[in-house]
Amino acid sequence: MRRTSFIALIAVMFLVAGALSPAVAADTIKIGLYLPMTGAVAAYGQMEWDGIQIANAMMPEVLGKKIELVLVDTKSDKIEAANAVSRLIEKEKVVGILGEAISGNSMAGNPISEAAKVPTVSPTATNPLVNQGKNYAFRACFIDPFQGQVAAQFARDKLKAGSAAVIIDIAQDYCVGLANFFVKEFVKLGGKVVSTTYIQTGDQDFSAQLSAVQATKPDIIYAPNYYTEDALMAKQARDLGINVPILTGDGAQADALIEVGGKAVENMYFTGHFHKDAASTERSKEYIKRFKEQKGKEADAFGALGADAYFLLVESIKAAGTTDGTKVRDALAAVKDFQGVSGVITMGESGNPVKSMVINKVENGKFAFVTVINP
Amino acid sequence: MTATILLQQLINGISLGSLYGLVAIGYTMVYGILRLINFAHGDLLMVASYAAIYGVALFSLPWFVSFPLAIAFTGCMGIVLDRGAYKPLRDAPRISLLISAIGASFLLENMALVVIGGIPKGFPRPAMFAKVIDVLGLRIQVLTIYIPILTLIFLAGLLYIIYRTRVGKAMRAASVDFETTRLMGINVDRIIAITFLIGSSLAAAGGIMWALKYPQVNPFMGVIPGLKAFIAAVLGGIGNIVGAVIGGFLLGLGEIMIVALIPELSQYRDAFSFVILILVLLFRPTGIMGEPITDKT
Amino acid sequence: MAKSQRHLLLNLAGILLVFLVLLLFERHGSLYQVRILNNMAIFITLAVSYNLVNGICGLLHLGPNAFITIGAYTSALLTMTANEKMMNFIIEPLIWPLSVVHAPFVLSLLAGGLLASLFAFLISFPVLRVRGDYLAIVTLGFGEVVRVLCNAFQSVTNGPLGLKGLSPYTNLWWTWGVAIFTIAVTTKLVNSSYGRAMKAIREDETAARAMGIDPFKHLLLAFLVSAFFSGVAGGLLAHLITTISPTLFTFFFTFNLLIIIVVGGLGSTTGAVLGAALFAWGGEALRVVESPIDLGFLRIPGIPGMRMVIFSIILMGVIIFARRGMMGRSEFSWDALWARLHRPAR
Repeated sequence: MRRTSFIALIAVMFLVAGALSPAVAADTIKIGLYLPMTGAVAAYGQMEWDGIQIANAMMPEVLGKKIELVLVDTKSDKIEAANAVSRLIEKEKVVGILGEAISGNSMAGNPISEAAKVPTVSPTATNPLVNQGKNYAFRACFIDPFQGQVAAQFARDKLKAGSAAVIIDIAQDYCVGLANFFVKEFVKLGGKVVSTTYIQTGDQDFSAQLSAVQATKPDIIYAPNYYTEDALMAKQARDLGINVPILTGDGAQADALIEVGGKAVENMYFTGHFHKDAASTERSKEYIKRFKEQKGKEADAFGALGADAYFLLVESIKAAGTTDGTKVRDALAAVKDFQGVSGVITMGESGNPVKSMVINKVENGKFAFVTVINP
Repeated sequence: MTATILLQQLINGISLGSLYGLVAIGYTMVYGILRLINFAHGDLLMVASYAAIYGVALFSLPWFVSFPLAIAFTGCMGIVLDRGAYKPLRDAPRISLLISAIGASFLLENMALVVIGGIPKGFPRPAMFAKVIDVLGLRIQVLTIYIPILTLIFLAGLLYIIYRTRVGKAMRAASVDFETTRLMGINVDRIIAITFLIGSSLAAAGGIMWALKYPQVNPFMGVIPGLKAFIAAVLGGIGNIVGAVIGGFLLGLGEIMIVALIPELSQYRDAFSFVILILVLLFRPTGIMGEPITDKT
Repeated sequence: MAKSQRHLLLNLAGILLVFLVLLLFERHGSLYQVRILNNMAIFITLAVSYNLVNGICGLLHLGPNAFITIGAYTSALLTMTANEKMMNFIIEPLIWPLSVVHAPFVLSLLAGGLLASLFAFLISFPVLRVRGDYLAIVTLGFGEVVRVLCNAFQSVTNGPLGLKGLSPYTNLWWTWGVAIFTIAVTTKLVNSSYGRAMKAIREDETAARAMGIDPFKHLLLAFLVSAFFSGVAGGLLAHLITTISPTLFTFFFTFNLLIIIVVGGLGSTTGAVLGAALFAWGGEALRVVESPIDLGFLRIPGIPGMRMVIFSIILMGVIIFARRGMMGRSEFSWDALWARLHRPAR
């Protein structure tokens, strides 16, 4: 019976997989991570995982116990994200959760951790909806409205831009959100948006959009997209002879942007979290040094926010003196002047951090510090 | 819109279209012989780009050594792909072949994701390809000139192989009927292997060109070009090599022009290609150059 | 007792058994187990309805994600209260009739299914004109087009921001009830004269046509039924994870369904059920390969992403070496089970 043996084979495979129990070390504090390690946004998950590993090495213990990181992959998918959080809470019995990298998946995970009263810190879920009405959900990043406003103010006041062209990645809530809040503020401050064009994550050719933008002769281009798209876009813009400043958000601040973009990203401005050349906190300096040593490349914003999510959670466990979910949650909500990798963080309303925003630009192939804008 | 911008957009379109065409040739060749949409074709672009990167970065080879090596490597990958995923299924229903192709595509992507990681890598761009020249206020990347020329050279070479050599004759025979071809004393498996070698090498060349133009390599970089190239192949009449190139140009130009003329529609750009595909299949299923589709048994 | 009566009784007993097991899990199982069971039922619904088109009719349809998306959005927009909608649509307000309508969960599921069917009806004219690889690509295209539209129509779908805060109406009774209903309807359809016609078209369309079977009519029926249940499952899924966005329904999702029906056996409803159950449970069980394994003397670091590699290998392995999958085209039946049990021992 070939079929029966085939069914048996598959069943045995799964049973063997199930029987191999994951490594369990005694007397540790477990922190769960759910990140997109595969699938469409795998890059963000992998970068955050790098950052969290460094952070874990910098602070491996809390309350006298070793911290064990339990990483589960979400395949960049909501169903898997919900499964992952449920698994972390019920099976792995974690005391706190870090993740997800993108807002959509965080929104799938948060209701579950909320119901179980397990505090969650997302490194990079920027969509305002994520923490809306949640008590146990926190994040380490800015939310879109604040960043969009700051970008608009910077464009009007410092770059003296009268007109802006906006290029939006329509497939990302982050980009759509930022662009929207930028436009509102920019228009309010008397600026004019001369063109709005769209791209899609994964697109590589932006020449048509850029040529259309060129025709409207804007003072600046606001392109709040991820570095993958922004690097290619900047390159093509410069090739087309568009030399106006490009302003973008924290999602674009990664080493790969300069690696890919080269000369084309010179004079690109970012609203972001941190500046490697003028690290504001001790922890930041230490992190940047270690990251360089262990990963062989410069620290990026994704990794830094991952690390901050880790530090926020661990420091709050320390402050609470217990791993009890509600107490850790209270400690997280009470975070004030926290010395993080990405700057000084004070936890504001509904788990959204209030921190100063740093404006950087690319100068001579490096991120250079321009100014700080305080909230 | 001024004439300059319109011209600039035309150049953008030709440059993108020739890339689609280059990738579409490989698609159409495999289809012509196996009647199989090689879903993994797009992923060969990715394999070639990574191979080229590692050639330059790890073994510090100069680009003119590394790129041909990457192309050769990908060509061999194509044969392995055929032997591993398609050859065991020669007599199986077409649906099985397609599913196997989808599986192979996902396997390649996920292997790359696990082994290399999802963080994009920059592609080394030799200075001679990166130059931009100014002509009458138009900004033209030299690549934009090289790519269509290269596509046409490849096309001519391929047409020579197919219509002027014995192997080509055997390929044409195999595309009509396997059994009869076998009866004529031709080793069909070898012909298919050669088809995959050529098709995959062309994909590799396309991949490297792609990476030179858009110098960012990640495990999913081949998905969109693969789909677009397939649409281009259908547009031109699948199985027809000249048609594939023409289809590529048309698709590239169309995509650029829709954004150029109506920027508000730029968010529908990806949907546009599929709408084109659906319209072609509705009104002229054989494409622009195609002959009527025959069901091959 | 007549044979058909006996089968009916046995079927009822089987369903009763399923419900007892569910009751056990609902009372004593962890939320994690309940979640997996819910996923399992939703995947069963999806796989059975997907198999109707792919397995029974033999069309390689790669766009079920379009139907699921439509079902999920319709159902979500109907159950959300006006207030919840206002909180969600922070960029562009929801357009008028949608911003105030509100319907109970059952109606929203039905509406989701019906709208998905309507969409299937509209696209069936281009889709069912072509076959084979062309059909695969056209349906893939429609899947993509729906995703692009979801991103673009921000005043209906909230664009890439997605919808969140849906009430978690979905529970074990809903998911398994729908799954069992889907299986029952599909089995009835497959065993009817329509189903036999569908199989005839799969085996040889020209011959079927010669026998007086209208391929378009029968394929359309399969397409509509499949779309309806996919839409309902989409609604269930939306209210299980309580948030949806266009990224949920990409080609990856279709790929999962394809693995399920291929491993189960293309053309077998029983196979689709087994495949879906194995996938929902196995996907979680296989997480082990991604976490560090301690063999006592040796610690193997986990490799994130291995599951997807394994899934791809399973898909290819099955299609190459065991093309018939677990069930081939055969179905579970009480008679076969009876015969098996009473076979003399060898």
